[in-house]
This record gives sequence, C-alpha cells and structure tokens, in this order.
Amino acid sequence: MIRFEDVSVMYDGAAGPAVRGVDFEVPEGELVLLVGPSGVGKSTVLGAVSGLVPHFTGGTLRGRVTVAGRDTRTHKPRELADVVGTVGQDPLAHFVTDTVEEELAYGMESLGLAPEVMRRRVEETLDLLGLAGLRDRPIATLSGGQRQRVAIGSVLTPHPRVLVLDEPTSALDPAAAEEVLAVLQRLVHDLGTTILMAEHRLERVIHYADRAVLLPGRGEAPVVGSLPEVMAVSPVYPPVVGLGRLAGWSPLPLTVRDARRHAAGLRERLVTSAPAGASGLVAQLPAPRGAAPVAADGPGTGRRLRFRRRPAPTPKTPQPHTAEVRSLSVRRARIDALRRVDLTVAPGETIALMGRNGAGKSTLLGSLVGLVAPSAGNVRVGGVEPHRTAPPDLVRRVGLVPQEPRDLLYADTVADECAAADRDAGAGPGTCRALVSELLPGITDDTHPRDLSEGQCLALALAVVLTARPPLLLLDEPTRGLDYAAKARLVAVLRGLAAEGHAIVLATHDVELAAELAHRVVLLAEGEVIADGPTAQIVVSSPSFAPQVTKILAPQQWLTVAEVRKALA
Amino acid sequence: MSLGTAATRTTNPLLLALLISASAYVVATHRSTTGAPTAHAYTAFAKLALAVLLVRVVFAVALGSPIPGTHTLVTLPEVPLPHWAQGIRLGGRVTAEALVFAAYDGLRLAALLVCVGAANALAGPTRLLKSLPGALYETGVAVVVALTFAPHLIADVRRLRAARRLRGRPDRGLRGLLQVGLPVLEGALERSVALAAAMEARGYGRTVEVPARIRRTTAALTLGGLLGVCAGTYGLLTAEGGAYGVPLLLAGVGAALAGLRLGGRRSPRTRYRPDPWDVRAWLVTGSGAVVAALLSLASARDPEALHPGVVPLVAPTLPLWPAAAILLALLPAFVVPKDPREPS
Repeated sequence: MIRFEDVSVMYDGAAGPAVRGVDFEVPEGELVLLVGPSGVGKSTVLGAVSGLVPHFTGGTLRGRVTVAGRDTRTHKPRELADVVGTVGQDPLAHFVTDTVEEELAYGMESLGLAPEVMRRRVEETLDLLGLAGLRDRPIATLSGGQRQRVAIGSVLTPHPRVLVLDEPTSALDPAAAEEVLAVLQRLVHDLGTTILMAEHRLERVIHYADRAVLLPGRGEAPVVGSLPEVMAVSPVYPPVVGLGRLAGWSPLPLTVRDARRHAAGLRERLVTSAPAGASGLVAQLPAPRGAAPVAADGPGTGRRLRFRRRPAPTPKTPQPHTAEVRSLSVRRARIDALRRVDLTVAPGETIALMGRNGAGKSTLLGSLVGLVAPSAGNVRVGGVEPHRTAPPDLVRRVGLVPQEPRDLLYADTVADECAAADRDAGAGPGTCRALVSELLPGITDDTHPRDLSEGQCLALALAVVLTARPPLLLLDEPTRGLDYAAKARLVAVLRGLAAEGHAIVLATHDVELAAELAHRVVLLAEGEVIADGPTAQIVVSSPSFAPQVTKILAPQQWLTVAEVRKALA
Repeated sequence: MSLGTAATRTTNPLLLALLISASAYVVATHRSTTGAPTAHAYTAFAKLALAVLLVRVVFAVALGSPIPGTHTLVTLPEVPLPHWAQGIRLGGRVTAEALVFAAYDGLRLAALLVCVGAANALAGPTRLLKSLPGALYETGVAVVVALTFAPHLIADVRRLRAARRLRGRPDRGLRGLLQVGLPVLEGALERSVALAAAMEARGYGRTVEVPARIRRTTAALTLGGLLGVCAGTYGLLTAEGGAYGVPLLLAGVGAALAGLRLGGRRSPRTRYRPDPWDVRAWLVTGSGAVVAALLSLASARDPEALHPGVVPLVAPTLPLWPAAAILLALLPAFVVPKDPREPS
C-alpha cells in the first residue's frame, strides 16, 4: 500500500540528509508504528507519504514513494487527498472550518462528492467516532480528545485507504487516548484501513501495532520488523519493555498482560529483596524517592545541578508551606473551572496534578502564579497573593513553565535570552547562562531558540524561570513531545531541584512521569479535588492512572523500572 | 455591512449612537455561537472604535483644526514650528466647535468599525465562503484565512502577555504590547503555513480538465464583463455618460457572472448542506440595505438634519425619519429564530 524505495530527504541548507536509506513497505490493512528518538525524521517520513514532503516543505527527495500505486513525485498532495488522510501533531492547525459537521464535510467538498454521499458519510463518521452529540459544536470549544477525534474523522470521510498520524495521543489524557486508539483499531479491523503512525508514548500504542519501523538516529537506515524484534534494539521503549529487558524475559513482552505471565518469578525475587510498598515510600517524604543515581535511565545531570550564590536566607516568617490554597473557586466564561479547592505545598515536595483534559489543572497552576484571579477563596504563595503582586516581585516566589515553553522565549539568541532573564529576575549577570550550561550542555550562545528541539526548548525555558530562584516551581504538561531520553533528563533535573528544597507542582497526563517524580498526586475532576495522597496509594488504586510497572507487579506496589532495578541490585 | 454605508452618510451623534446600539442589540441576541473565536471579535472591534474616537479628539486638541470657533475652552501653549511646517499648528486655542466636530467625525468612523465587527461576529467569515460561486472559491479562501487572522492574533496577544507576566515583566502598558508584537506575528505566520499544509493535504484546489474552448470563453467573458463594469461605472459617475452608463454596467455584470459560472466548472468542488437562501435571508440583508438606501436618500434631501452644524454651535436634534429607518436594522433580531443560521 505504501512503498518506500531507497528514499532519502535532504532539506535546503541542512548539513546532512534528514532521513536516508528508507526502504520498506506497508501492506494493506496493517497498523505500522514509526518509533525513534525525537529529531530523527519521523515527521519527514510521514510527510513523504502524503506528498507534503517535498512538495510543500521544500528539500530534495531521492528514491521513490508510492501510495496505492501513485508516485508522490508526479502527484501533488491534493491529488493524493482521496487515498491518504493526514493528521498532524497539532489538530488545531488542521481545522479549516469552525464547526464539527462542516469540518467533516470539508475534505469531501474539495473532492467534489455528490451532496447525498456527503450527507451519508458525515452521519456514518459521526457515529463511528462517537461525535454525534457534538455535531454543531464550534471546534474551539472541544476538549483535546474530542478535537483529535474530529481531526481523524475529517480525514476519514473521503474514505482514504491510508491514514497517516503524527503523535495522535501525546496531548491527551489516558482515557481520551484510549478513546482515539480504540477508533483507530476499529478502522484497521473493520474497514481495512492502512495506518502509519508516529508516537512518543509507546506504552499507549504499542499493543495496537502490527509492526514497527525504527529510525535509530538521524540519517541512519531504519530497522523494520515485528514489535518484539524492534523493541529489543530500540533506544526508546516503554516501561513494560524496560522491565522485560531488565528481567531478561524472552520473547520481550509488549503488553501488561504478557508481562504478568512472565512476572511471577520476578515478584518472588522482589518480595525477598526489598520491602517496597506505600508505607515505605511515604516514610521517605519529603526526601526525593529513588535518591540513588538514576544510572541507566539517563545521563544523571541532576546531581550536577547546584545553586551557587544562593541568596541570603529570605526573611524567615514562620511559613510552613510554600503555597497554600484555601477553598479556591474560579469561574471563567460562566463555567466553574475550580470549585472549593484546597491544596498545600511544602518545601521540597513534588506534586503531580492529574485529571482529564479540562479538569482545571492549568487553571489551578494559573491561579498559583497570579494569571487567574480567584472568584472566591484565597491563594497565598510565599506569603503574598499572586494576582495582586507585581510580576517582577512575583517571579522570585513562583515560576511557571507553560504548556508551550516557546511562549517564554522572545530573544533571537540563547545569550540574549539569558541576559534578559538575568535583568528580569534582578540576578547577577551570567546566572541564567550558568543554568543553561548545566541543563543543556553544548548549546552555543548564538543558537536561535526556534532551532531548539522540544526538549531543549523546555530546558531553556526552565532555566529562564529558575534564574529568579523561585521556591515554588510549576510545570504544565512538561513531557509533551519529549522522547524517553529527554524525559529522563528532565526527571533527573527536577529531582535535583526538589532535593535542594524547591517545591514542584506539575500538571501532567503522563502517569509514568508522575510515578517517577511525584511524592504526592492530586486528582482533579470537573474542578474539584477528588483524591490527594501519596503517589503509590493514588495511582495503584486507579486503573487508568496506574503506571505499567505497577500493573505488572501488582499486588506489590512498585512504580518504576528504576525502583525495581535498585531493589534487584 | 449596509449599516456601515449608512454610517458614512451622517455625522449626527444621536443617529450614530442609535446605529451602534442597533447593531449591538442584534449581536447580543444572535451572536453566532459562543466560544468561536470570531464571536469575540465584536468586543475587540468596539474597543478599537473607542480608541479611534479618542485619537481623533486628541488630535483635534493638539493640532488644532481648521474649523473656526468662538467658544474657546482652554488655550494650550502654542509650540512655534519652523516655517516649512506652516499650516500645522501645535497647541494653541481649543474651541468647542472644533472639539465637537472632531467628536462627530470620530464617532462616524467608530460606528463604521462597530458595524464591521458586528458583521464579523454574526456571520463568521467561513459562512460567507459558502455563498461564493465556485470560480471565486479560491480567492474567497484567501480572504477568509486573512479575516480569521485577526481573532487568532488577539488570542495570541493574550497568551503572550500572560507569558510576559511569567517572565516577571509588567504585562500592561504600551511597551508590553509592543514587545509581544514580533512573536505574535511569527506565531501567526507559522499557523498560516500549517493551515496551508493541512488544506493542501485535504485536496484543496484540485482541478479537473476542461476543454480549451470553454476556458477561452470563460476568460473572454470575465475580462469583458469587468471592462463593462468599469466603463459603466465611469459613465454613471461622469455627468454626460448617464445614457449609456446603466446598460453598459448591467451588461458587464451579466458577462462577468456568466464567466464566473463557467469558470466554476474547472473546480470539482461540491457543497455540503448549503445554507438555504430563503425569505428570512432576504429580510436580513434587505433590512441593512434599506437602512443604507433610506439614509442616503435622507442625506440628499435634507443634509441639514444629518450634519448638524458646528458653527454656530447647536444641539443636535433627532430627525424622525432617518431614526425610524435605522430602527429597521433591528429587524433581523426579531425575524430570525434563536438558532443562529442566518447568512447575513
């Protein structure tokens, strides 16, 4: 169905080809997963299928890509629109019209289908994707999972034979991701659609895939094979595979179910080797869990992160909590975003805020940093009310890295950005640059922030925020678009910060991240706190928030591969 | 939109205020669908209108105006300017007449802006697109993308100002606004490119082969039609060409429409559930057009009522007939049911 014949793509002005020697075939009706660290050209490969590379992006494509027998060299993307449906990373950028129903019809209108056919297919697609209740809604009011389903639906209506998806579940909460993946599986099984998909969160998608194509590095030839084969050599792998590799299971398990069949022996070994479990973890609070080096998980940059020249101890009012939220309610646009929320954050504590898209996580972070004024209740951070405090004063008490870290970056070079950050924070010159060097070794002063990868961008924004040394650090969805290596580096950095007494609150959908980092998990639903407690207790008791390792080793309460490794060592 | 035309015909402040409130009422009852970015455009346009009004008055105060006046309110120190800037006066006497004149003038512009904002909030540019003939579709898309630019820009500015606050810089004031300008434009550009890619991938701009004969006829008809329109308009506007102006204009319009219709054959687009163009739609568009027509008529007949004098200063009166005409603009608020599907 999709055939790559010795394809290489070279962008204008690039030093080397973005991808090289890509040569594989996707037969009809298969779901093939494209895996690899970030920046290896996954998006380029996907773009080549729809013809956007090179027709739209520029660059030179050598070799041949054929889709359903059509050569992308001679067919423009618009002429492939009836066989290939493409959904990019950001569904919002994909929408042309503004209501759900029109969006579903748009592709068919372009292809010139008869009105009766369009009408029928729109109805069918609404049912297939469970969107019937949303048909008249403006797209801007939909949640992330709904948007993603509409985006998929909008490319499904012309009945393409191939579907190309770039990170379809990265921005979604676990339940919404399941929703989208269930739809994809149904398409493959019922309609025989061929799907080529790239995704960083492998633990979510791996068991749906028939085969995998691994791009090991930039410009390196891909490895094609069955999932266990590919996972055995892949530099990126989900925790279940990590545990399988650690325990030496063969064949490598891909699902929690497979792994549990192997896990009996491991559970026995773990019972004797270390008494794990919730009580043990709670006792360690607030010292960071897993204080041992994060050895194989990533280059342990965390230990090197120190704050020289810490400011003279700030006036020590008896302030047991870094931040305190008392029965906070926020109403925005006639919707109760938060209802009577209570939360306290102690120094050195890491809290993960979890919950559905739209549960109020970002609003809570926003009110902690003064972007959102409370309609009732009060918020105190470092002894002041954030929304009444002038920004230059506030940055020294609390810092937020927003969902889109690029928003924080204005300057043309990393050096300018650092100088500006020093000025803003009133810190000595070079403070920010020193932080950048620790978080992001090997970044030169004249790099443009826009040329940085997602992970690097996040690190730079983090450095900018940390320049003012806020005792409370907030992060909104920090792992979106990060591969496992970048995530591991982030985890190490954040652990280092927590060990130095920074309180950290992160809003995330990533259960694996929460399991590795957080001492406490706060679950939000519809603006209310529905659970607040030690990570182990909360995540273990919830099927959708439990990390894979917990599911495999239940009833024992292990959270991460690193913990297990330490216990076995 | 027709209301806007009406606005240019008058400077009477009472009438203008009435016009603005009429549009505001229609928007308030029929705002397309809350949450869509275009629906918030009305507030933004209203703010812009207010700013325009203020700027106009401030300029009148600072630079003086050619309106002669006798009621001096305050006398600002006059800044002597070099002789090459003759005719420009900085400071000096501020007369009540000049102020009032400037306020009227500013209000007229403001009313125009508010009307554009109302059209934007009510129809949503994408809805407009549906009523375009096939051949004009591609141009239409370009226009619509450009129109949706503004609401997205506003959303971007808001987001980036929040980010400025996070950096510990003051988020208010002109400086703050200026500094987010560049990133906002960058973001808008990136979004346009992404949208273009998405549209391309979804088959936007596919064409089918049409016989060369039809292509040539299309070109001839369209060009000829446009020429006819130009010549006809010229004839109408110049005094002596009145006789052949109207027929030429009509012929031109006819030819151009035929050309567009033929041209539509090249594009294989079909339309999904087109908005039915029914009595209600006629009423809505008609009410606007009628207001414009009536006010033009009134201004021709009775210029005094619509342009209250400023020299000497008199209190503006509310002329009855034009006011009634403007009330017609409220019609859509009553004839169209709450479900906002009116293609105005």
